[in-house]
This record gives sequence, C-alpha cells and structure tokens, in this order.
Amino acid sequence: MQLRGVALYLLKRGIVLFLTVVVAVYVTILIANMGGYVDEIVKSEVLFRVSTSVYQNPAYRTLNETALKRLVNELYENEIRRLGFDQPFFVRSFNYLKDALTLDLGRSLFLSSDSGSRSVRIILLERLPNTVLLFTTTQLLLFFIGLFGGLYLSRRYGSRADRTISLLAPLSSLPGWFYGLFLILIFASVLRLLPYGGMVDIPPPTDRFAYALSVLKHMILPVMSWLLAYSFLGIYTRRTFFLIFSSEDYVEVAKAKGLPEDLVRRRYILRPTLPPIVTDFSLTLISSWLGAIVTETVFNWPGIGRLFYEAAVLFDTPVIVGLVVIYSYLLAVTVFVLEIVYAILDPRIRTGVA
Amino acid sequence: MSSGLRENLRTILSYRSALIGIAVILALVAVSVYTVIAIPYEEAVRLWRGGEQHWLDTPRYAYPTWYSFLLQKRLPETIIRDTTKPGPGVYKVVVPAGETIRILRIDAEFTFDYDDFPSEINVFYTVRFNRSAPQITLTWIKPDGTRIELRKFTPSSDGAYYVSSDAALTSREVERLVAEIGGKPNYELSPTITLFAVEDQTLLDRNTARVMKGVYRLSVEGLMFDPQSDFDLKLVVYGKVYGWAGTDYLRRDIGIALLWGTPIALAFGMIAAVSVALIQMSIGAVSAWFGGAVDNAIQRVTEVFIVLPFLPTLIMVSTLYKIDIWTLLLVIVLLLSFGPGVKNYRALFLQLKESQYIEAARAYGASSPRIVLLHLVPRVIPTMIPSIVFSVADFVFLEAALAILGIGDPRTPTWGKVIQDSFYGGALFKGLYYWTLQPAFLLLITSLSFALVGLALDKVFNPRLREV
Repeated sequence: MQLRGVALYLLKRGIVLFLTVVVAVYVTILIANMGGYVDEIVKSEVLFRVSTSVYQNPAYRTLNETALKRLVNELYENEIRRLGFDQPFFVRSFNYLKDALTLDLGRSLFLSSDSGSRSVRIILLERLPNTVLLFTTTQLLLFFIGLFGGLYLSRRYGSRADRTISLLAPLSSLPGWFYGLFLILIFASVLRLLPYGGMVDIPPPTDRFAYALSVLKHMILPVMSWLLAYSFLGIYTRRTFFLIFSSEDYVEVAKAKGLPEDLVRRRYILRPTLPPIVTDFSLTLISSWLGAIVTETVFNWPGIGRLFYEAAVLFDTPVIVGLVVIYSYLLAVTVFVLEIVYAILDPRIRTGVA
Repeated sequence: MSSGLRENLRTILSYRSALIGIAVILALVAVSVYTVIAIPYEEAVRLWRGGEQHWLDTPRYAYPTWYSFLLQKRLPETIIRDTTKPGPGVYKVVVPAGETIRILRIDAEFTFDYDDFPSEINVFYTVRFNRSAPQITLTWIKPDGTRIELRKFTPSSDGAYYVSSDAALTSREVERLVAEIGGKPNYELSPTITLFAVEDQTLLDRNTARVMKGVYRLSVEGLMFDPQSDFDLKLVVYGKVYGWAGTDYLRRDIGIALLWGTPIALAFGMIAAVSVALIQMSIGAVSAWFGGAVDNAIQRVTEVFIVLPFLPTLIMVSTLYKIDIWTLLLVIVLLLSFGPGVKNYRALFLQLKESQYIEAARAYGASSPRIVLLHLVPRVIPTMIPSIVFSVADFVFLEAALAILGIGDPRTPTWGKVIQDSFYGGALFKGLYYWTLQPAFLLLITSLSFALVGLALDKVFNPRLREV
C-alpha cells in the first residue's frame, strides 16, 4: 500500500518533470529563433552564399544573366529545402521540439567543431571534456572545502579561524572572473609565471605527459580565481547550516541523555543534514556542466560556456537548443533521482507520513 | 515601531564594517549626483563615442597623473602651443619683404623639465592663400642650442605633420647622432627621444638615455607669396600622464567613463535588486496564499524558468535587438521574475499563512488582497532587505560581465566597458594596469560595501544569526 503510494507519487513527479522539460525546450526554441525572425537572417545568408558561389564559379562564366539568376534561385530553393526552411516556422518549431526531445541534435547553422564537423553532437562532445575538466574539478573542490571547512568551524565556533572566515565571507560578493582579472595581472603579467589564458601551450606538446602538464598549468589560475571567490562564503554558509542543525532541541535532548558526543554528532546532527547536502552536491555537479561564460571568456577557455556564448551571438539555434535540451534532461533526471534518494534517506517520506 | 527602527539603526551603526560600507555608498552617491549635474548624459555619450576627433590633443595610453607620485618621477604632461590662441611662449610676426612677399616667423617656446620623454609630437596647421602656397620651414631648437631642421614644405591645405612618426627625420637624426657620439644605439630611436635627449654616451642605451631639461623652441620660417595668405600652427607635445584616470587607446579620458559608470552602476544594481525581489515576493505571496491551481501553475512556470539558461537567453535577446542599458535591465528583471527566489518566498508565506494573526484576520472577514498586502507582505519585507542589499553587488557585476562579453548598450560609458576595452586592448599584456585596475577597484569597493551593509542588516533582522 505504502509502496504503491510512493510509486504513484514518483510517477506523477516524473510526468511533471518531463512536461517542464518540454515547455522549457520549446520556449528556448522560440527565443533562439526569435519567434521566426532568425529565419530571415538564415535565408538572406543562404542567398548571399549561393549567389557568390555561383557568380564566382568559372564554370558558369559562359551563362547569361537570366540563366545565372535561375541557377541561383534553384540552388537557393534546394538549400532552403535542405535546411527545412520551406515550411512555416510554427510547423517547424514542433519538428524542432520533437528532434530535440529525441536527442536528434542535427547540424549547426554556422558553428563548426575544430575537426570541421557541423554535427551539433560532435561540437558539444568536443567542448564538454574541457568544461568538465575545469569546472567540475573546481566545483568538487569548492564543495568539499565548504563541507569540511564548515564542519570543522561549526565544532570550533567562535574561534579565531571561525571569526576570520566570517570576516572574509563578504569577499564572495565579487564573482570568480573578477578575481581572475587580478590573478592574470599578478601571475601572468607581472610575475610571468603562468599563462594569460587558453587551455594548452601553443603549439600543443606532442608528448602526452607534457600535454597534461601544460593543461594543468593553464588550469591553475581559473581554479584559483573560483576558489578565492567562493570558498569563504561556502565554508561560512555550511558552518551556519551545521550550527543551526546542532542547536535543534532533539540534539539537546540527546546530549542531556548523556549519549557519547561522537554518536550525537553522527546520528543527531549529520544524519538530518544529509538530504540538503546531497541535493546541493548533485545540482552543483549538473550546473558545472554548463561552464561559466564570463570566466571562460576571461581565461579564453574553449568550453561549453564559450560555445553557448558563440551560439547565442550567432543565433545558431540547433547548438543552443542542443545545449538546453541536454541540460534540462540532466536536471530533470537528477531531480527525479533525488526524489527517490529522499525516499530512502528520509524516513518520513519512506513511510508516507509527509 | 519607530523606536524599534531607531534601535535597529543604532545596532547597524554599531558594526564598524557596516559604517565603512555606508560611508562608501554615500560617497558613490555623491559622485553620481556630481557627475549627472556636471557632465550631462548627452555630453558624456558624445565625448565617449565621438572618437578621436574630440581627443586630438590628449596622449594615447597616458597614465593617470598620480602615477608621477607613485613612481617618484616627474612624468611629462601634454604641452600645447597654438598660434591662434596667443599666450606666453607663442610669438608670431609677419614682416613684408618686397611688394607681395611677406616673411613669417613663429616661435613656439616651452619649458620641459620632466624626467621622461614625451609620448608623441604632432604639429597641426591651417593655411590660407590665393594662388601659391606659402613655403614653410620647421626647425627644432634644443635648450643647448642644437638646431634640427624638421621639415621644409609647402602646405596646400590644412593638415598635420606627425613629427614623431616621420621616418625621414628619424634616419637623418640617427645619422647625425651616430656621427656625433660615435656609436650606434642598441634600440630603435624615435624623434620623441632624439629631439629631447642629452646627446652623449648615455643615449646609447634605452635605460640611461636622459632628458635634456630646459627651454625648447619650435621655430617656423615662412615665405608667403599672396597678400591674403596666412599660416597658423598648433604644436602638441603629448605627455605620458593625463587627468586623474589616464587615457585609453582612442586617447579618451577614462575619467569620464569612470564618473559616468558610478550612477549607472548604482542605478542599475539597485533598481534590478529591488524590483526582482519585490516581483519574486509578490509571485511567491500569490502562489502561497491562493494555493491550488494558481500555486501549481506558478510553480511549473518557475521550474521552466529555472531550466532556461539565464545568461545565454539574455545574450540572445540583447544581440538581436541591440537594446540600450535600461531595456536590458527590464529584460533581466523579466527573466528573473520567476527565478528560484519565488520558491523561497512561497515557503516563507506558507509558514506565515498558518500563523494566528492571519487566522484572526480571516476570522473577521478580511479580503484576500487585504490580508496579502497588509498582513503578509509587511511581515516579510524586513527579512528581504538584507538579501536585496546583498544582491545589488550581483547586478552591478552582471552589468560589468555583459559589457565584458561585448553585449549591452554600446553608447553608455560604464566600468564594465572600460574593463572590456582594456582587456581587448591588451592592457594587462602591455603593462597598462591603471586601465583595468581603476574600474575594477570601483567595482570592488561598490560591491564590497553593499555586501558589508547587507551582512550587518542580516544580523539585525535575523537575530538568530547574531548568536551563531
């Protein structure tokens, strides 16, 4: 009976989450196409490309003006059909939606991968490792620094270290890229120890070990800038979070009962903090996947954030939609998995009380 | 209530960090008021967007004037001698010599006692004649009496002579100096150095080359063949410092952007912070109070907005419509209206909804709008204030981030735009640190002071935090 209740609840949540993804992706399609306005840009761009290629082709030099015009027109119509632009935007938007939801990401309009491919999947997969390498590493570091730092300080609250962190917390009102500017100034410009930006030396080292070393060297400044920017506030919020949980009445009762301190900490303080920490952890990981547009710009890091920016500026709709659909799927799946995890972690949900 | 407010105010002022924050914010507000009055917006845009025509007489990449104190060295300022604006050091005489021919003599004199060479030397001239153009000879006279002929020419129209990039002059000078010193310098000589240097062995090395201090003179001799002809010139010896903030690659005074950036950053940050928080709170209140279908709909819309990537959407919108900064602000507010904050406010209101005073209000038959507006919202506003103050910094930085990405209003001079210019102008690469650091410093103190005040307010309004 209870199990059925939980299953029914999960099913309902699953449907709602999927609908959210559908709506979000459709809204993205509308925005990325500016309600069909991007069509005009693409069409004129295609016309320009086709007519220049025809007029510059020596093979057509002998044709007269009307024949040339007809040829341009024909090629243009073909190209438009190939891109699927012969149908009205409203119809196409639903085709886009279907393709996006089935992860048929298609081909980009303008951008291409470093290997020269126009396939959105290849473009994304080329950038993804770079972003994961930089931002997932950074976010993991930040998460664990916050967790252990917060735990440590919550036990020694009021100590000098604790007061120092509270004092430094406002420094996190400045974003990571801003610290990046200063770090570039100090370590690249004045001391000339580390590179200004990029991901690897130019030309890239051929030796695999040297390559990894070079990438590591390029990672130092961006990682440092984020740690500087966000670790103090991270530790501070975690500390406060643990303190609030350790001042609950049931903790006092447990202490009054004379339970060993270790047991109180594990079972009465840490146990209830687990769900929010798991949530934070998973959402942090998912959002790190999107990279950071400004930090990647400042450090010239070829990641997903830069790709997002380039696609947005060029109105490369398939790339934008591809990014959003993958992100929203991941987010939805994560949230759904979290619901299940909560059901396991939280006895109130497990027994159907809440 | 008012005594409670006074009490709160006293508590805030007892935090030293909050006092510093408030002082800085007040100073920034004062600067904003001064800027808006002293330099009207249109004037600022004109100066900033006008390009080099407005800034012919300012040096390129000049340091701020206070660099002189920093480096313990007198860096040259810009010296201008204009014959159309007679003053000390400018002499112009025209003497008739024969029936129609007249002789022109111009002496432009200035004292140069700085410790560094100028950055550029230009001569701008205007000329007037009927049939044949005047014949002009420009001679440079150093304090020790060395005479260097710069150029002999017959200007047929108004123009400029770029002394510091005159290749012929440079090679003549190198030849002359090599013969005189008996050695070849180990660096590229330019007229800015040769025309101002002490001519001995020290000139052979860039680091030992010394400026010859004293009175310099640009002497012009001209033959004018028409009775109506005339010749005027403006000598500009560009310095290495300008204003309190220096100049950028277009010779613009960065100070203008720094000044105008202040009201824009403050207005942008505060308007965005307040309106986003108020809208999110109202949506949260409606969602919590009405519940049911309304709540459900609002929650779903919020989730859609959480999935939508904020910055890329903003980039797309602003790229397509080329919007100005205030429309950008509106778009930001709209995109964030259904942000994650709605969920927090909703949870807060759900809790409040069950409290007894709301039950009492319901019992005496108060209407929904009355309860929401008069009983729920006022209870939440104090708890909002700290986070609003805190988020001002976020929005100030958002504007800067957009400028660095090269989107947003191209007309308005802002701090972010100066940072972007400096970044792409290679300021960090070339060591022009003032260019990046000054706007960065302003961003820093602005956001830090809002953060400090926000933190203190948080402790006042959420007393639970005061203990932990």
